[in-house]
Amino acid sequence: MSPITLILIALGLGLLGWLAGRAKAWSFQSSDPALRPASRPIYHAWYVALWVVLPVLAFVAAWSVIAPNLVLQSVLATPEAQGLTGLGFERDAFLGEARAVALGQAPGVFNDEAEPLIAPFREAFGRYNTIGIIVTVLIAIAGGALAFLRLAPQFGARTRVESTVLMILLLASLVAILTTMGIFASLVFETVRFFGMVSPIDFLFGTKWGPDTMGSPDAVDPSRYGAVPLFWGTIFIGAIIAMVVAIPLGLMSAIYLTQYADPRVRAWIKPLLELLAGVPTVVYGYFAALTLAPMIRNAAVALGATNASTESALAAGIVMGVMIIPFVSSMADDSMAAVPGAMRDGSLAMGATKSETIRRVLFPAALPGIVAGVMLAVSRAIGETMIVVMAASQAANLTANPLEPISTVTVQIVNLLTGEQSTDHPATLSAYALGFVLFMVTLALNFIALRVVKRFREAYE
Amino acid sequence: MTVIHPNMADEGAKIRARDVCVFYGEKKAIDNVSLDISPDYVTAFIGPSGCGKSTFLRCFNRMNDTIGAAKVTGLIELDGEDIHGSRMDVVQLRARVGMVFQKPNPFPKSIYENIAYGPKIHGLAEKKADLDVIVERSLTRAGLWDEVKDRLDDSGTALSGGQQQRLCIARAIAVDPEVILMDEPASALDPIATAKIEELIDELSGRYAIVIVTHSMQQAARVSQRTAFFHLGKMVEYGPTSEIFTNPIEERTKDYITGRYG
Repeated sequence: MSPITLILIALGLGLLGWLAGRAKAWSFQSSDPALRPASRPIYHAWYVALWVVLPVLAFVAAWSVIAPNLVLQSVLATPEAQGLTGLGFERDAFLGEARAVALGQAPGVFNDEAEPLIAPFREAFGRYNTIGIIVTVLIAIAGGALAFLRLAPQFGARTRVESTVLMILLLASLVAILTTMGIFASLVFETVRFFGMVSPIDFLFGTKWGPDTMGSPDAVDPSRYGAVPLFWGTIFIGAIIAMVVAIPLGLMSAIYLTQYADPRVRAWIKPLLELLAGVPTVVYGYFAALTLAPMIRNAAVALGATNASTESALAAGIVMGVMIIPFVSSMADDSMAAVPGAMRDGSLAMGATKSETIRRVLFPAALPGIVAGVMLAVSRAIGETMIVVMAASQAANLTANPLEPISTVTVQIVNLLTGEQSTDHPATLSAYALGFVLFMVTLALNFIALRVVKRFREAYE
Repeated sequence: MTVIHPNMADEGAKIRARDVCVFYGEKKAIDNVSLDISPDYVTAFIGPSGCGKSTFLRCFNRMNDTIGAAKVTGLIELDGEDIHGSRMDVVQLRARVGMVFQKPNPFPKSIYENIAYGPKIHGLAEKKADLDVIVERSLTRAGLWDEVKDRLDDSGTALSGGQQQRLCIARAIAVDPEVILMDEPASALDPIATAKIEELIDELSGRYAIVIVTHSMQQAARVSQRTAFFHLGKMVEYGPTSEIFTNPIEERTKDYITGRYG
């Protein structure tokens, strides 16, 4: 018996409560036409229904955690389980098999030792299912009856229903915040474990990256966990090459679209530009890896370069820059649109041309917003994974030559976590440390950028 | 029908407007207005909101060009030259006909850079020293020099509203225009700042032809020597300010200045 069944029972009873509440509220009105009830019948109906369903949901949430343990305890208490041999995971395997057969999820057991446990499991599941259903129905009836008895012509059902809805909305918004905090907490936890094996100094300032994924977890060589080449690679691809592409193109397209383009042209180009932001990054990735990277290598070789690689930083950086153009462009667009028209008129009335007005007045006035947009774009670029996984290298070189292979933080995280290491191997844990650094950097960039944008908005409103 | 007082006929004209109409799309905002702006006097445009006086003012430096839907017909001459003619560059026109707006709109730059903006784009100063002279002279004429001379590097937007508006007037003066258009220059200011602006207009008149749009009839009476009354896109009456206010010919003018409507 799954929690779904219990919830369906609760919803069915909730519907009954809803109808009963409404019927009772109607009876107030029909008994005395002069009476003005405090709430409309529909709110009485919802009030009863909520009192039926919400307590049951709370019970189901708790029961779905408790019940399997109760089942297990009662099975272990049976004589059949007393004779169970084996230790640790072996024992867990027997119990798991027996449970699966009892629930009908598996056709039969693999280990004979599990066979005698099936019957106790069946028996325990049956018992606790019955208990679950009975408790569910009792809670639903108790809640519904309590609510139903409180209904009266002057009962403020509407305010109570509304405040309940408000609580539900609040809980929904807390989910995102709590998830972020949970992710952060798990990152911190694993990072601290990693820093117990490799000192943060070696990690943050070491210049050699080459985690020993096969080595023994007990003999860690901290000199192989120097993340500087990765930080450099990330900055070089995401914050330098990509921005050299994205900033000029993004700004120029924003200036053209906001200041010069005919409204009909703008109506076509702007959605097309924003379509760029909707291209899946994996598509950019194979464009970078299969089309652009060989072109760059061939061009470099033709120009005489001897060490040009097909996994060059340049290919990944350029494609990432193209991906970022819509972000830079739309932020610059918004910032320039936010500069008051009076400023533009003032400049034009001085005899400035349109281009002088843009360069000397609009652009400087919009600069804080544009800078913030670029920072958001950088934070996206350095967290971007798919393009670099496909186009950049696995080899963490510390080089400023854009034609050489170079690796990034995100590429290494993917490598380290898609391998087959145990979860407490230092190489695996180092991925969390990398993720933690990346998280902190993008968080700081977003935080600063959003503050700049806020101050900028206030300056003109 | 427009009434133009007879004793203004032989004054010279800095700006001559003939049969000017302005359309916003289908709507006619200005309907066949003809008048001469004297080089020696302050001319005030008065009238109720929406009568088209600001729209008409913006014809003189072709600021209506910046509004896509606006279309201007008729003849406007500056010193006998058609401002819509092929030989008239709008950049040059706006250097000769400066403008001050309703809301102070200093650029988000330093006080110095606000004034230096016009001279720089028009190439009026070769050296920094020349620019310094222009900045000081413009701020002095606008009556702002003593208040800001020690903080020329502060942002223009950090000044008070009245100071900002005088900064904008100084900015307009800096390119040495022949005409200054003022579109309700004091309507966003308090009475003391307003008095300073009016004083300034008085001092500037004679050196520049000044055209001011105002809501306030008292202000028109105080600062101007010529007044034009606009109503529903038409110019109703144009004459010496003293006559318009004491002895208007048209019934509608009389009603407006005595406060019966508007």
